[in-house]
Amino acid sequence: MAVIKLQRPKLNFGEKIYFGALIKGFFLTMSHALRTLRGKSVGAEELASSGLGVTMQFPEQRWDEHLPDYYRGAPTLVTDEQGRERCVSCQLCEFICPPKAIKITPSEIPSTDPWAKVEKRPLEFEIDMIRCIYCGMCEEVCPEQAIYLRKDYLITGLKRADMVHDKKRLYEIGGTRVGLVNKWNELK
Amino acid sequence: MDLLIQIAIILVKIIALTFIVVLPLVPLSVYFERRFSAIIQDRVGPNRVGIPLTLLGFKKDFHLFGLIQPVADGLKLFLKEDFTPDHVRKAFYWLAPALTVVPALITVCVIPFGSPISIFGHVEKLVIADIDIGPLFIFSVASLTVYGITLAGWASNSKFPFIGGVRSTAQMISYEIALGLSIIPVIMFYGDLNLSKIVQYQADNGWLLLPFWKNGSLSLPDLNTALFWIPAMIAFLIFTVSIFAETNRMPFDLPECETELVGGYHTEYSSMKFAMFFMGEYAAMVIGSALIITLFLGGWSIGFGLDAHVANWEIFGIGIGGFIHMGCFMTKLIGFILFFILVRWTVPRFRYDQLMKLGWVVFFEAALINVFLAALILAAPELTALIIGIGSVLLIAVTAAVVWVAKVSEETPKVLRA
Repeated sequence: MAVIKLQRPKLNFGEKIYFGALIKGFFLTMSHALRTLRGKSVGAEELASSGLGVTMQFPEQRWDEHLPDYYRGAPTLVTDEQGRERCVSCQLCEFICPPKAIKITPSEIPSTDPWAKVEKRPLEFEIDMIRCIYCGMCEEVCPEQAIYLRKDYLITGLKRADMVHDKKRLYEIGGTRVGLVNKWNELK
Repeated sequence: MDLLIQIAIILVKIIALTFIVVLPLVPLSVYFERRFSAIIQDRVGPNRVGIPLTLLGFKKDFHLFGLIQPVADGLKLFLKEDFTPDHVRKAFYWLAPALTVVPALITVCVIPFGSPISIFGHVEKLVIADIDIGPLFIFSVASLTVYGITLAGWASNSKFPFIGGVRSTAQMISYEIALGLSIIPVIMFYGDLNLSKIVQYQADNGWLLLPFWKNGSLSLPDLNTALFWIPAMIAFLIFTVSIFAETNRMPFDLPECETELVGGYHTEYSSMKFAMFFMGEYAAMVIGSALIITLFLGGWSIGFGLDAHVANWEIFGIGIGGFIHMGCFMTKLIGFILFFILVRWTVPRFRYDQLMKLGWVVFFEAALINVFLAALILAAPELTALIIGIGSVLLIAVTAAVVWVAKVSEETPKVLRA
């Protein structure tokens, strides 16, 4: 590799005494300060600022309607249009989950159930939101499109137990999803 | 009885001026620092802490623009664990934080906060100790701050605090020379070391950097005063920059530069002991600003020949002129603190050799030449043209020689070989 010799720029007297640069710096910082106070900072519009700088002030203003489609929030379970829980407890998500946040207890569907032919469903499905890293691998790996990352980002709790989402909670957040997987119903 | 009243007055002045006027400025300047730096960087800054009315069942909190934030910070620091590492030298480790705060607060006592106030005929000066060696007292006491920092660095018995302490010692001693030399022209001009009299002179005859009134009426300065504006401005620049270095503020905050020394001399300190260093730094900044304002920008004087009128205002036998002047002083003080903050968030940190070069090669010589320049201008009316001519030629020759020596002694960078 060729060595490139760099010549330091020759400074003239004005640049050497450093004063002009200082004054320029004051103008720069003060212009930023004034623009911040007027709510005209660069990028304030795109970032939906609160009118002071580019900052959105959180509890009052939220990012919700600005969230992009690909935003990865809390992982949830979904039911399909007939109210059937999509998860068949294949446990692929449990295996792929990098921080091991998912714990599934599989169980059989009794033969009296109208969806008996699906054979399996989760008895318990727990996602530990303290461990979850929102990577979305569970969503990617799910063959039944039963687990989705929703846009919920405010996962809070007062103790560790609050942060473990059980099956009921996961369905509550997830809701129904009309989707492509039709292999279990008559539409197939 | 008379003595008791005297002591009572002194105590009231100490408590009022130190603990009610100056000390609250410290958290206030921390608040300004955070808000101002925030808006410079397009952020919001602390704007939430206030009175939590929602806890009492009201609809909205009363946030006061976050002015209570420093109180919350202080409370947090009080409640944190005060951890003393095992390896420190205990006595000095405990002594150091106190040694940084105390000198800064002692220097408050010679700053004149306002013109004398009269209460029912009794005239009282708004200065704790009206001594005749004001600036000298401030320098001698403020230079004790270096002990606090040095002791903190040494007693921590750890490498980063030690480097920070050593840097701080070298820096403060270097800049004290420029600091002391730079105000000699100013003191020659006033012919007095009493800060109250200096401010009174400026109120009557125009501020040192703004000499546009005389004896209560606006007028252009005479030639001699106008000429003296040049050395005064040089002194002002050197003095201000040296104060920045003395208070370890941003362009010169090498003793605690986070990127190199973790936290500098207070790396091993926690809780309130750390807060003492923090307070000491800001108190030094407040006092430094106060001194600059007193010497160069007219202290409590409102200026433009208004002071004599204002000083005589009275309400119910109590002269309020002094309090108006005090308000003016505080306004100037806060303005200058804001300037300190603006500089901190504008100017990047100097390298250590640049810092030393600036102190020893530039400011020391410039301050020294400035003394002679000021002397020549002040003495000019009594001298014959010939002596003035010889003096100016000599001054120019000496300046040229100093510049030449500085230029020649400058190390030329080695050419890098590939």
